Amino acid sequence: MEIEEVRKNTKLLINRTPYNVDNAEFVKPGKGTAIYRLHLKNLLDGRVLDVTYRSGDKVDTANITGQEMQYLYKEGDHFVFMNTDNFEQRFISEAQMGDKINFLKEGVTVNMQLMDDTPLDISIPTFVELEVVETSASIKTATVTAQLKSAKLETGAAVDVPSFIKEGDLIKVDTRTGTYVERLTGKK
Amino acid sequence: MTEQERLAQLRPHLTRRAELFWLTRRFFREQGFVEIETPVRTPALAPEANIAPMESEGWYLITSPELHMKRLLAAGYERIFQLSRCFRRAERGRFHHPEFTLLEWYRAGANYLDIIQDTEQLLLFLAENTLHTAVLNYQGRQIDLTPPWDHLSVQQAYLKFAGWDPIVAFDGCRFDDDMALRVIPSLAPERPIVLMDYPREAASLARLKPEDPNVAERAEIFLGGLELANAYSELNNRKEQMWRFSEEAALIEKTQGRRMPLPQSFLEAVGHLPPAGGIALGLDRLAMLFCGASSIDEVLAFTAETA
Repeated sequence: MEIEEVRKNTKLLINRTPYNVDNAEFVKPGKGTAIYRLHLKNLLDGRVLDVTYRSGDKVDTANITGQEMQYLYKEGDHFVFMNTDNFEQRFISEAQMGDKINFLKEGVTVNMQLMDDTPLDISIPTFVELEVVETSASIKTATVTAQLKSAKLETGAAVDVPSFIKEGDLIKVDTRTGTYVERLTGKK
Repeated sequence: MTEQERLAQLRPHLTRRAELFWLTRRFFREQGFVEIETPVRTPALAPEANIAPMESEGWYLITSPELHMKRLLAAGYERIFQLSRCFRRAERGRFHHPEFTLLEWYRAGANYLDIIQDTEQLLLFLAENTLHTAVLNYQGRQIDLTPPWDHLSVQQAYLKFAGWDPIVAFDGCRFDDDMALRVIPSLAPERPIVLMDYPREAASLARLKPEDPNVAERAEIFLGGLELANAYSELNNRKEQMWRFSEEAALIEKTQGRRMPLPQSFLEAVGHLPPAGGIALGLDRLAMLFCGASSIDEVLAFTAETA
């Protein structure tokens, strides 16, 4: 691919390592060479890197494919996923998972991004439904303003919830911000 | 954001842009300039290795109206200006859009210093008639437009910010890299600054300085960190112009495999050019400065992405 075709979120392969273009800055004096300053994120370990290219340079794109996978369980510091069509298993490390660890429930289906055969990352749904496994009893006060308290969810994540939430409630959480959205059901 | 919301948000900027265009025309008309229109599609361009043209039915979309403007100058038009759409392939960024608007003006019997003074007067006129002050407020910085603007020679700038002298020993790749990554970022954005006297190897269409032929009478004007305009004392030596174009066309063919036809009608006119000064000024960037816009997208109703 010509450097001029690179955009934000293009996936590049540099020294056999896949990178996401987090930001691309175009610098060009009117009569001078075009210069491309790329801010890259290593898709294997999350480290960032700045690289400068010039007009005429060529870059390799990373061949990234997506696949539906079911999350099975955690084993050591790896997360185990399964392709439900052919029962093939794949592993993703804790470092690659980042914050998503907090909202991943056994049995859910996610989209996994792979380069050739190597899993890079997973996309989890924006909203997930999780059970509250631990929270303090609600504090009775006369105020009308919403009171928040901490709750522990079945995945181990800690989320601030309104005072009326009880252990066993199923709540909806926004995975982008890690915040409570609404209560879905009370304990049956 | 929907398109309606986006366009509604742009309205103050597009209104200011229109004001600037209208006032620019008034400024030049009051000084006896004639507004010219020249073709946007043309059979040949000035060959420039670092400017990639867009093709159109075997011809080219202009990258600047310079060649046609100079043919008029050669025919005896003494003061001319144009607001012209120009096209440059693959130029896209915060300060670039592949379709953009250049303001060019040319004056017979003038040189690049006169043209820099025209620019000072034009910007002051625009600021006083839109903002009612000589001070631009751009990206949190106050830029005082009161003339005269500071001049800095390319030689001094490179010695100071890049640590070498491009006039004594020119290195094209290093010159381009350092201009973009060291010199321009070091220019104080609080004042307009004029980079003067480019190495003869980067003369483009400017004449060499009579008293020092190692440099060309070419100047670039920077405002708020933005490259705004490029001025020349115009080269009017036919042989020299022919030689520069042939060299550049050969370089383009060798390094990029592009074959550029030479602009013959222009080359015939060059010998008839009077001593003259001229300039190309980016009107989209001027609008950015007057609107406080951080991206060119904020002064265009539709971009390549939203067209």
